[in-house]
Amino acid sequence: MSEIKLMQGNEACVAGAIHAGMRFYSGYPITPSTEIAELSAELLPKHGGKFIQMEDEIAGIAAALGASLTGIKSMTATSGPGFSLKQENIGYGIMAEIPIVIVDVQRSGPSTGMPTSPSQSDIMQARWGTHGDHSIIALYPASVKEIYTTTIRAFNLSEKYRTPVILLMDEIIGHMREKIDLEELKDIEIYDRKKPTVPPDKYLAYKVSENDVVPEMAAFGEGYRYNVTGLVHDETGFPSGNEVVADKLLKRLINKIENNKDDIVTYEEYMLDDADYAIVSFGAISRSSKVAVNELRELGIKIGMFRPITIWPSPEKQLSELSKKVKKIYVVELNAGQYLLEVQRIVSGQCKIGKYGKINGEIITPQEIVSFIEEDIYA
Amino acid sequence: MPSELITNYFRTETLPHIWCPGCGNGIVTRAIVKAIDNLNISKDDVCIVSGIGCSSRAAGYLDFNTLHTTHGRALAFATGVKLANPKLHVIVITGDGDSSAIGGNHLIHAARRNIDLTTVVFNNSIYGMTGGQYSPTTPTGDKATTAPFGNIDPNFDLCELANAAGATYVARGTVYAVNILEKVIQEGILNKGFSFIEAVTTCPTYYGRKNKKGSAVDMIQYLKENGVMYSAWQKMSDEKKIGKFPIGKLYSKERKEYTEQYQMLIDSLGKERN
Repeated sequence: MSEIKLMQGNEACVAGAIHAGMRFYSGYPITPSTEIAELSAELLPKHGGKFIQMEDEIAGIAAALGASLTGIKSMTATSGPGFSLKQENIGYGIMAEIPIVIVDVQRSGPSTGMPTSPSQSDIMQARWGTHGDHSIIALYPASVKEIYTTTIRAFNLSEKYRTPVILLMDEIIGHMREKIDLEELKDIEIYDRKKPTVPPDKYLAYKVSENDVVPEMAAFGEGYRYNVTGLVHDETGFPSGNEVVADKLLKRLINKIENNKDDIVTYEEYMLDDADYAIVSFGAISRSSKVAVNELRELGIKIGMFRPITIWPSPEKQLSELSKKVKKIYVVELNAGQYLLEVQRIVSGQCKIGKYGKINGEIITPQEIVSFIEEDIYA
Repeated sequence: MPSELITNYFRTETLPHIWCPGCGNGIVTRAIVKAIDNLNISKDDVCIVSGIGCSSRAAGYLDFNTLHTTHGRALAFATGVKLANPKLHVIVITGDGDSSAIGGNHLIHAARRNIDLTTVVFNNSIYGMTGGQYSPTTPTGDKATTAPFGNIDPNFDLCELANAAGATYVARGTVYAVNILEKVIQEGILNKGFSFIEAVTTCPTYYGRKNKKGSAVDMIQYLKENGVMYSAWQKMSDEKKIGKFPIGKLYSKERKEYTEQYQMLIDSLGKERN
């Protein structure tokens, strides 16, 4: 039996979240992410979950973090300006190791920008938006079906690595409708945070056991009374100003992500086997890039596409390998050149790099990419 | 030997605390713990949520589920905790700057929702942690490091603010009138809805020194002489009220509680399905 639906990207995000076990949503209205809040408001109470519209974006993420500490999987969604407002508490979630999913349906900026034209200009904000040294997980799907599966993956990774996970979308895929067969997706595995295996008197809330990546996480109200803080803290969770404690904690928080890239990083390779050229592209724009690859191939240019689905941490190993195989990599993104900087860092002179971007609120069409690359190659 | 309240309810290994000599915050913290003890609530069922500032450091010293959040956001985090697990008694510890400047929006909305949180504002009329800047409760004319010529800002009456926004229990205590402070915190915890308690405390280090208020004892003496029980306050003439302030329970009212309303919504949808 198939269960085929015509679903919008934002709807697929909520459906995937509920599949993953989301039972709490708190947020603030902002286009083009509002459908995520609206559908959560309708579906969560029917699943015994809770929805609350908070007084502002900051409260939206704060309440989700609070709810997660009681053992409930929580999510908030926003867009450009709201994503900026949430940054401080994303850092809190990183420091206190609280699993939540933050969806950012990107729109153009800076500031209010052009509401609500599409954009991919929060790539670097996702990486470095909150202050302080840290690592982050950010995923970016490109179709309605992939939004569903990637939302589940965002929850799984947030539970597994005890960290906020950013789910990047854009106005195009958020509002786009596509066919999705829910029946074929119903067996996707979900991962729940590891609960304490020791009794409360032996529990150290921020101690990592041997063979574990993160501390076991008790829920508030289960008898494990511990302290949660955004300050540097020792293994009990109590604040510490000690430089040895600080060094150990901050490096652990970074390394739990950086040392597990093989588990976290996902990507798609398209027609790269014999390619002389490659496009790096993600989200909605990767769909234009894919069409462009097909058309350029028809013109006799051996080109393929590399699409990071995990944007952060970046697929460093794979992009480095790619740069040894091809003559030139074109980074095609709907911004002034953000992921370009990361690709340049990784490629580090091993091949040439070209960029095609746009910041006027319009999408990048396949034809634009074809003309740009054709001209560049034959120039 | 420390008192049983200390050994039973404090993480004694985290003491001594960071507060200055003469600070009233320890008195307010003790009053919160005494109220919980009087009510015989299990420590596992209490969640203390605090923001940032001197007062908010209290959370870490206490042996409950404790959550020390970001500046101003304690009530927003607490709203998530309470809605996700309504069985928890959620008590918010915050300061005057934390709750009414950077967190002012969360305060009025938590009160509007009448969500079952007990908020205790440690009001010392100054930003202590950052070294003595004026807050929304620094009296007009008083001095602070950022008001070297006297504060021209009118100040908030936090109890009136909370009442107007919809809090269903509003009271004020001081670090002199400790028995009243304990009693109103206890009543606040028992109230099924948003309870707001202003605990007037003393900061001899910054507020007192900047404004020549004398020693810690002098400042507590001031609270003794000027805090008037609400029953007596109501009978006083306007003239006699000048320079004084009411303490004890100020307002209470009946309104529907938020998490109960949400549970009713879930239950009704469940019935619809069945």
